[in-house]
Amino acid sequence: MSEASSPSASQSPGQSLLRFEGVSVVFDDDTRALDKLSFDVKEGETRIILGAAGSGKTVLLKTAMGLNRASEGRVFLFGEDVTRKPEQELFALRARLGMLFQDSALFDSMTIAQNVAYPLLNQTANRMPRDRMEPAVRDSLRFVELEHTLDKYPSELSGGMRRRVAIARAVVTKPPLLLYDSPTAGLDPITAHTIMALIIKERDVDNTTALVVTHRYQDGNLVTNFRYNPESGRLDPAGDSGTNTIYMVLREGRLVFEGKQQALEACTDPYISKFVKRPEKESAA
Amino acid sequence: MFDFLKGPILAIQDFYLLTGRALRNVTRKPHYLDDIKLQMDSLGVGSMPIVLLTGFFSGAVMALQMGRALQQYGQTGRTGTVVSIILVRELGPVLTSLMVAGRNASGIASELGSMKVTEQIDAMRALGTDPVQKLVTPRMIAIAIMLPCLTVIDDAVGMLGGWIIGKLIYDLDWAQYWSQCWRALLWSDVVQGLLKPFVYSFVISLIGCFYGLRASGGTQGVGKATTQAMVAASVAILVLNLFMGLIFVKYSGN
Repeated sequence: MSEASSPSASQSPGQSLLRFEGVSVVFDDDTRALDKLSFDVKEGETRIILGAAGSGKTVLLKTAMGLNRASEGRVFLFGEDVTRKPEQELFALRARLGMLFQDSALFDSMTIAQNVAYPLLNQTANRMPRDRMEPAVRDSLRFVELEHTLDKYPSELSGGMRRRVAIARAVVTKPPLLLYDSPTAGLDPITAHTIMALIIKERDVDNTTALVVTHRYQDGNLVTNFRYNPESGRLDPAGDSGTNTIYMVLREGRLVFEGKQQALEACTDPYISKFVKRPEKESAA
Repeated sequence: MFDFLKGPILAIQDFYLLTGRALRNVTRKPHYLDDIKLQMDSLGVGSMPIVLLTGFFSGAVMALQMGRALQQYGQTGRTGTVVSIILVRELGPVLTSLMVAGRNASGIASELGSMKVTEQIDAMRALGTDPVQKLVTPRMIAIAIMLPCLTVIDDAVGMLGGWIIGKLIYDLDWAQYWSQCWRALLWSDVVQGLLKPFVYSFVISLIGCFYGLRASGGTQGVGKATTQAMVAASVAILVLNLFMGLIFVKYSGN
């Protein structure tokens, strides 16, 4: 699976950051959201998780951080078994990952600055004195190019801007593992591209491992084949070395594909090939 | 066979678990004092207008009807006694609690429900805070402090309303009315009048939070949670009120 190791993943063969062992999630009404899912995310990898609506993508991310509990199987986060860990003990582990929720999930009673500062105030492991907090919040908002919105409220921002603030909040603690839940859902193509560029920038600047849930193949294509160029601030083709990106396709809670882009494109399964539309016109912005 | 009971029983279990966690958090760090103050202001002080209005008019209408009934026995002078006992023991606590429940159980449910359906509750957990600690416990403490205070205000305003009607319709004497009000009350009445709202405060905050945190299915779910919270809190208060009344009658002998 790791035939082309990424230059950014210098620590390869990477440590396992997140591992699912036969995980099933069954809800109270007997719907099976995840069905015997097994995979292992190594440091430096970017995983693109494709799947139709209701295929369990969001549940997968929430189970990874213990927001949902596995009914069967075991989940290991940073090497620790979190399947039955009490909520209070999970907080320390969650402080080491960042999550972008589907609808941004910004706290609408707080300003943008308070939203971004929230993990710095509330996560014991990331708590910092107030004089260092403000520059950290500013840095994080500068990263998503929204420094001017500090005192605004989420309702005053557009959907795309809210998504960017949510990215700023997820990366403010510099977590080694990031989970993005449908970062481009419901956005126009230009804004969607901006968001994906930010995700690539975060990967290449901070060398983070990431799980990106999406239903758009072009998002995955962008992550696989482009790199952030810190000098020009734009995306450049990644070249032959490529990036350490692995695709996973979910169908009704089951993992039906796991592998590199070439393998995905070569796949003849009708469900899987439906997601793979080679975007001819995709180019770096 | 008893599958239809599964839902309600699970819900009751969840409610007790939430209550347990909210109560346990009272002594557990971190304490969100700012949130408690904020909630005391918005849930407590914010309920003041509605409590003043309810108190005044319920006291006034009681004096009106009681005065008429007492007139038949030539005892209009004892209007103050009746108004004060009924207000302090029953109507004050119940009406204040019902009004605060109507305003706040639904308000809490809709606020927490919106947070739930927009994943803000999950975000809170993801970002290192226990939603029960941050959202439920401060609301519980805030209402537990404010509701007895609001009840005292309601009682006082009710007596004032009673006096105004007594003066206008039955020409009651100021000093006589107030001394009647004062002398009618025993310590047990005051204890009962303060203990009731204290107990009901937990009903209001916890039912509001419970339905809010269970909301699902978008804005429609929030609307449903809001209605359910208000109805459940109001009914629970009325039922509890009868039982508390029975206990007090049995053990205080009046």
